[in-house]
Amino acid sequence: MSEAVVSVSGLRKYYGNTRAVDGIELEVRKGEVFSLLGPNGAGKTTTIEMLEGLRKPDEGSIEILGLNPWKDATSMRRRVGIIPQDFNFIQRITPAEAIRYFATLFKAPDRSEELLELVDMRNMEKTYFMHLSGGQKQKLGLCLALVNNPELLFLDEPTTGLDPQARRNMWEVIRKLKSEGKTILLTTHYLEEAEVLSDRVGIIDQGKMIAGGTPQDIISKHGSGKALYVSGNDEIARKVRSATGLRCTVEGRNISVEISNNTEIARVLDIVRSSGVELETLQLREETLEDVFLKMVGKVED
Amino acid sequence: MRLKNILADLSVYGRSFARSREGLFFTFVFPIVLIAIFGAIFSGNGGSSVPLYVQNMDGNSPAALQLLAGLNSTHLVNIRFIPSGANITRYVSENSITAALVIPSTFGQSIASGAPVSLPYYNNPTVSSSQIAGQAIGIVVQQINLNLSNAHNTIYVRSYADSVVAQGYVDFLIPGLIGFTILTTPMFSVTFIVSNYKKDKIFRQLSLTPLTRGEWLFSKFLWYIIVSVLSAALMIGVGVLLFDAHVRINLYLAPLLLIGVFMFVSLGTFAGAVAKTEEGAAVIGNIITFPMMFLSGTFFPISIMPAWLQTVAHFLPLYYVIDGLNAVMVYTNYTSAMIDMLISLTISVAFFILAMLAFSWKEA
Ligand SMILES: Nc1ncnc2c1ncn2[C@@H]1O[C@H](COP(=O)(O)OP(=O)(O)O)[C@@H](O)[C@H]1O
Ligand SMILES: [Mg+2]
Repeated sequence: MSEAVVSVSGLRKYYGNTRAVDGIELEVRKGEVFSLLGPNGAGKTTTIEMLEGLRKPDEGSIEILGLNPWKDATSMRRRVGIIPQDFNFIQRITPAEAIRYFATLFKAPDRSEELLELVDMRNMEKTYFMHLSGGQKQKLGLCLALVNNPELLFLDEPTTGLDPQARRNMWEVIRKLKSEGKTILLTTHYLEEAEVLSDRVGIIDQGKMIAGGTPQDIISKHGSGKALYVSGNDEIARKVRSATGLRCTVEGRNISVEISNNTEIARVLDIVRSSGVELETLQLREETLEDVFLKMVGKVED
Repeated sequence: MRLKNILADLSVYGRSFARSREGLFFTFVFPIVLIAIFGAIFSGNGGSSVPLYVQNMDGNSPAALQLLAGLNSTHLVNIRFIPSGANITRYVSENSITAALVIPSTFGQSIASGAPVSLPYYNNPTVSSSQIAGQAIGIVVQQINLNLSNAHNTIYVRSYADSVVAQGYVDFLIPGLIGFTILTTPMFSVTFIVSNYKKDKIFRQLSLTPLTRGEWLFSKFLWYIIVSVLSAALMIGVGVLLFDAHVRINLYLAPLLLIGVFMFVSLGTFAGAVAKTEEGAAVIGNIITFPMMFLSGTFFPISIMPAWLQTVAHFLPLYYVIDGLNAVMVYTNYTSAMIDMLISLTISVAFFILAMLAFSWKEA
């Protein structure tokens, strides 16, 4: 197992009575993509900003590349790249100018062309920041984060508010960066994003890490495994529950039954058939991270 | 402080400023529009007669009344009175008067007894209105001397050509408007930028780089010095070429410009930093800026305001900058300019300390 570039333990931050971050343990290993997944207000931003040295933890210890982000902020930031949540920049500045500005500040070589190429924005060289689309702004944020050629990237909701196409573009860029060997810690409230991008995921809710590991680990640990998806209604769902004791939810004109072994399939089908409903739908599904997330957090953002 | 960082920020900030039409308009075009408007309103003589200011120390003596009636009947001058208690030289210079005649308290007695008496005439021989008033006085005095039919002339006119460079209203308008842009350009844009960067989290973004808050602020000083020098040069140029302004330009202007910019960039930073929202920043900025914009001697010399407003003006920081600019450009009174510089510098340092206390890039 490769070395940890981020290790966090017992991290806490309270705002008055709000326990924004309430005892988080976290380890990100070199070269992996780690997603902090959680609904709005879960504490993702507060956590990542403490890792970036932008906020001071109330309690707990953080080590980033062997440094303390609050005390060694300056030296740490030479080696990490950061896109804050809601990235925004000087309105009347072109992407190339912004990148060169950061390059001078970081005493880094001017790689504006290379970076704009990476995010596929070479044609935007002369457009003011204020006229860029949401996705392009976010990609410029990524370029700025990459100016100092960092080994570790912190991306706070890099695709929030982007249309599906722009989101997929961003994913592609993140994969490219991973293939270059960069370690990436990102936050998201999109399940799909966490599932397709990450090596490992940490699910955060109300300031606590409620599950962690590879998506498969989380599913097998917190999910029941499979779900039977058949035509049905409220009444049938009730019957299934009372007859089998299995968890069963109604989804439109279908019901979803969590099963742990295949003999249960026949029992459920019997009940459905005897209720006189025509079997239009019949699917056996592996539970996804989404099913687990829904069960654990109880809600999901659009 | 690293010069490279300051210059990198200056170049980015300068570009973004120069790309905003509003910024350019209010810095370079608006003051010229004001010169044109105020110049037209105040400097016109409104007809053929020229103003002649008279300080009558001899009350209602028949001789004084006869002199005034004579001046009136020439139709060359339009008489206005200076309070008999006023210090004539100061009054003349502060009000940019180019023709002022004093009737001494002994005037009536001297005429009656035939003793010689001289009338001090404060004027600026290079101004045509001054010459016209001088002619009118000459005609009337000669007439009275003849009527008195003494062996010698009883009344003499003693001419005092003033040391004031200014020859008209527009000459006071230029230092005033230079002060106006030193106030408004940083106050409006820095206040907005600081609150806007705070809201858009651009300061947070910058705090992730090696740029420091001190370097950022220093780059703003440099930028507004550049802008103020350009804007002042433009106003002087337009004033001299198009409006026939007469102002003295020398190195004393440099420290005044620097201190003025330092003062209002600091104050703007403070206002933007204490405001919770962009709208709040606009309100605070306006509350600070508007009274100063009108009451510090920007559009007219403060001496024409009521006494209590003049007292108010002495509490407005811009007053000292404009007073200093006037001292250099109009009165060539450098001692007074140095005092204004010292006062402005003290105020600026206080504003700078306040700004640094309120202006933070870090969140709790
Ligand atoms: N500066 C702050 N002051 C007070 N409460 C805050 C502050 N920042 C965040 N919070 C609260 O902390 C909780 C976690 O917020 P955040 O970390 O932004 O969540 P997320 O990024 O997961 O949406 C929320 O309840 C939020 O309202
Ligand atoms: Mg967040």
